[in-house]
Amino acid sequence: MRHLLSTRDLRRDEAIQILDLAEDMAQVAGREVPKLPALRGKTIVNLFYEDSTRTRISFEAAAKRLSADVINFSAKGSSVTKGESLKDTAQTLGAMGADAVVIRHGASGAAHVLAASDWIDAGVVNAGDGTHEHPTQALLDAYTIRQRVSGTGARGAGLDGVRVVIVGDVLHSRVARSNVWLLSTLGARVHIVAPVTLLPVELDNWPVTVGHSLDEAIDESPDVVMMLRIQAERMDDSFFPHPREYAREWGLDDARAARLGGDTIVMHPGPMNRGLEISARAADSVKSTVLEQVANGVSVRMAVLYLLVTAPGSDRGVSAGSTRGTGGEQR
Amino acid sequence: MTTTLLVRGATLVDGSTADILVADGRIVEIGAKLGHLNARSIDAAGLVALPGLVDLHTHLREPGFEQAETVLTGTRAAAAGGFTAVHAMANTLPVADTAGVVEQVHALGARAGYATVRPIGAVTRGLEGAQLAEIGAMASSRAAVRVFSDDGKCISDALIMRRALEYVTTFGGVIAQHAQEPRLTDGAQMNEGSVSSELGLKGWPAVAEEAIIARDVLLAHHVGARLHVCHVSTAGSVDLIRWAKKRGIAVTAEVTPHHLVLTDELARSYDARFKVNPPLRSSDDVQALREGLADGTIDIVATDHAPHPLESKEAEWEAAAFGMVGLESALSVVQASVVDTGLLDWADVARVLSSAPAAIGQLAGYEDGIVVGALANFVLWDPLTSRSFATSDLRGRSTNSPYLGHSLPGRVVATVHDGYPTVLDGELVDAETVAQSARAAQGAPIFASTQENHRG
Repeated sequence: MRHLLSTRDLRRDEAIQILDLAEDMAQVAGREVPKLPALRGKTIVNLFYEDSTRTRISFEAAAKRLSADVINFSAKGSSVTKGESLKDTAQTLGAMGADAVVIRHGASGAAHVLAASDWIDAGVVNAGDGTHEHPTQALLDAYTIRQRVSGTGARGAGLDGVRVVIVGDVLHSRVARSNVWLLSTLGARVHIVAPVTLLPVELDNWPVTVGHSLDEAIDESPDVVMMLRIQAERMDDSFFPHPREYAREWGLDDARAARLGGDTIVMHPGPMNRGLEISARAADSVKSTVLEQVANGVSVRMAVLYLLVTAPGSDRGVSAGSTRGTGGEQR
Repeated sequence: MTTTLLVRGATLVDGSTADILVADGRIVEIGAKLGHLNARSIDAAGLVALPGLVDLHTHLREPGFEQAETVLTGTRAAAAGGFTAVHAMANTLPVADTAGVVEQVHALGARAGYATVRPIGAVTRGLEGAQLAEIGAMASSRAAVRVFSDDGKCISDALIMRRALEYVTTFGGVIAQHAQEPRLTDGAQMNEGSVSSELGLKGWPAVAEEAIIARDVLLAHHVGARLHVCHVSTAGSVDLIRWAKKRGIAVTAEVTPHHLVLTDELARSYDARFKVNPPLRSSDDVQALREGLADGTIDIVATDHAPHPLESKEAEWEAAAFGMVGLESALSVVQASVVDTGLLDWADVARVLSSAPAAIGQLAGYEDGIVVGALANFVLWDPLTSRSFATSDLRGRSTNSPYLGHSLPGRVVATVHDGYPTVLDGELVDAETVAQSARAAQGAPIFASTQENHRG
């Protein structure tokens, strides 16, 4: 895998390979010294044009557990605020010898532009681009669902027949887009629930069914209910009349949460607006996987970084056997 | 010193073959086996002779954005594409909203000599859509402006649009509207449709164009004025204009070459060379535009040649500039999209790329095409070759072409402007020679008002 830019073009076997490798990585976390030497001497740059402490520290933890050197390049307090182009930044990072660049950017397609350019030779991981995709979030969501559904027998499995409802602002959600493609590639049946104003147009080509009633969706006893974050700026732009109305119609409140089946799980990519798209009780219930998602995020990102930096044909490669190394603190 | 040219064996748009003799800036004889002792001879066997192409929509960028294009470099690109006249859009810096700016642009064009440059005046001061620019002063200036446009911005205020339409009827001018409802396209990045939904790029709905066109044709009808619609891009717009023409409303419309051939699928690359305003649309829209051009609903093809420096396109999509260069590739794209597909013949091409845009711009000398007595403006086109389009085919200052690396049919072999060559053997004639020829041509008529003095 040269880059990870989207889940739209990720094949099922590639996705399962990542999830299985993430299982291996998760085992490392349980060790006395939770660290592998696999990417020792490699440099991974977190290039963040948007504030996202959660995603950045998740990638940082993943890279450090693989013994890579990590450079955090934040748009704030850098030359970016003075108007440096993506090209100049990329060439600078290339000159510093970055082996992989994890990019979070407010513009859809920024990771694609970086990967397609000849500005830098490093592998590119899309850590969220505008309203396009956030592939590692979808992978960690798929990993979390697979663990809950298949338990320890998860290795090699997809998500065949699992019924997932995604609720909320699909229009502006990179998490929703990445999940729609990945979960359906893995065999899940995805249903989307949102007001029409928060749905993208012309969804005929999407492998989903679409509805506008969360209550009806819950009546169908789904296996997974994934709530999306409503961002503050949407509230001022007439996508819906009022936050109270949104919460009443499309929020997972206590009553709706109580109607969910015993094995149904509740997911949220975080950060949550408690009381808006999800009630506090629903967020903190045993059905909620919110904290599992965070923990699984590190394992999945370890798998992705490992596969990228050691990709065959890449002169950045290290020997594949080194994941099975003895571990231990290297620095 | 003037040039005498003898074009041998050209194929005229009616399919006949003839020699064309040019002297003192005019076509003096058309016929078989013409002879002339001192003429420079051009072998045109197998070449189509088209009247000089006229672009109603060109961004020459001077003054203000000379890093992207200048009047000289833009008209060199025009000549390389077979154009002998271009209409320079008003969104320069300063904006072409005073007589001074339009006269400067006009003079720069005359001095360079590669093509007649007709400035387009701004409709509103600073293109801000609030107060009318000095339209009368521009009309009566040496640049004799007849086309007014805030292109790049839509005149969205219905009252300002009404006033502008009314005001230019005083001297027979025309408003060229960039139809884009601003609120419906706030932050828009590409055509709204299945591709924008997938790519997470903010959609630019067809209705944002169509709503303005619908309003404007009704306004034009109400006040009895002429309206020209720039770069029509949707099937719905074609329907609206067809309806308006049936009602007898005085509306004309243009389509760009790129909207005749490219679709929004190209945005999947996030390559900003495909970012353009109005955006590339669906294949259904492309088909409707071709049919609209073929049945006369759309009057002309205009390039919307929009040069940008490299750094404006080497960026993430949302940060990149809108626009693509088009002068050098226009005739190839027209051949590929509507001639080779059987929708238009060469006589139609002469109409949509020469006589009709000249009529809308009130540029004299292009009414009858290549005929004896007309100013010698024509292009010799080889329709049978094809070329892999490369930056070496671009003769302006910018390289933001969507066709780089693609095979395009046809090639300009020679361009003749006001009787002297600007392109020979497929190569631009050097700037000094062209400037000298332009001076020698001694103010050949370019405006309708002075036409009679020279035609005799």
